[in-house]
Amino acid sequence: MPETKDRYSRQERFYGIGSEGQKKLGLARVLILGAGALGSALAETMVRAGVGHVTLIDRDVVEWSNLQRQNLYSEQDAEDQMPKAAAAARRLRSINSSVVVEGIVADVTVDEIGEYTAGVDLILDGSDNFETRMILNDIAVKRGIPWIYGACAGSRGMSLTVVPGTSACLHCLLEELYAEGDSCDTAGIIQPAVQMTAAYQTAEALKWLAGSRDSLRGAMVSFDLWENRQVSVDTARLKRADCPTCGEQPSFPFLSAANHSRTAVLCGRDTVQIRPPKPRKLDLTEWGQRLAAYGQVNHNPYMLSFTVEKYRMALFPDGRVLVHGTADPGEARSLYHRYFG
Amino acid sequence: MEVYVNGKDTVLDAGCETVGDLLSVSPWSGKRVLVELNGTAVRKEEYGLTRLSPGDRIELVHFVGGG
Repeated sequence: MPETKDRYSRQERFYGIGSEGQKKLGLARVLILGAGALGSALAETMVRAGVGHVTLIDRDVVEWSNLQRQNLYSEQDAEDQMPKAAAAARRLRSINSSVVVEGIVADVTVDEIGEYTAGVDLILDGSDNFETRMILNDIAVKRGIPWIYGACAGSRGMSLTVVPGTSACLHCLLEELYAEGDSCDTAGIIQPAVQMTAAYQTAEALKWLAGSRDSLRGAMVSFDLWENRQVSVDTARLKRADCPTCGEQPSFPFLSAANHSRTAVLCGRDTVQIRPPKPRKLDLTEWGQRLAAYGQVNHNPYMLSFTVEKYRMALFPDGRVLVHGTADPGEARSLYHRYFG
Repeated sequence: MEVYVNGKDTVLDAGCETVGDLLSVSPWSGKRVLVELNGTAVRKEEYGLTRLSPGDRIELVHFVGGG
């Protein structure tokens, strides 16, 4: 049993939290979508702070290009091609064994998001695309769960706290799906931009969970660490009565299948993800034997890696495939169909 | 007319009179932004009606997507 007597003493001494706030943190359940740069930083803060239950979901595996900024991962994780959710959970449990940490290796789409958000007090955004964020925004508002948007690229970052029924939601601000936001693919990314964004998100998370709701920021914060600029835009007057998500007659459009795709170009490199229309249950050993005739195969309990020509493909038991070596969804789909049916 | 866009002293072309005009020119055209004029957020339907004046402080916050 870990020594817990002094563990949170400095946090309890802080006027905004206190021992009452600390108790609330211990009873809270937080869901973090994505275990990349932001997700790593968010999860580490929540776990060190003593949030009772932290669930982390990510679809990706650890790569060498992640290590510059994704603070939960080691060279060994990249070498082993560990799924991020599994590597993160292991590391987080070693940081604070009194927190229940759940690492789920999966893609988050409308099919699964209902299940993952059940019973959750707060959702933190560590995702890397607006498709996921709009789905998250819809489900969070529908269920009345607050969520905290965070995004970063280059030396910039932004954050917004969405409290259903009170604040403007992401759909009020964006109106439609937006695919052109700067990403780490186009703008690169420096670690301080990640940490700053995560700091804004987790400060808001602590306020909400510890019951200090009057201290919530109530504005979209945006900064650029290289240009030495920071701005806070009060978004209250941008809340729309006709918003399809949080307005008077909500239809939650991003929870219907027509509004989401089955392929996604992943942030930061030449990789396309493809998901089958329905999750499959694959025996990776059997698939390894089958694919060995066409290229080089390696597998661990979580995924199978298959290399052919200039492409490396990672196959997961649910039928999901990451195609590395292309950013063209069509090319990726053709490889998928060629090798995985 | 001279205004401040994201803290930078900016001289607008003669025809650029509203928030909507400003958002239709490079580098903002086609980008999704939040607009704040002199400390107040501007709604999208107000862009074309919101006239700019010399010395205005305009913040254009371009959404980022990474994480």
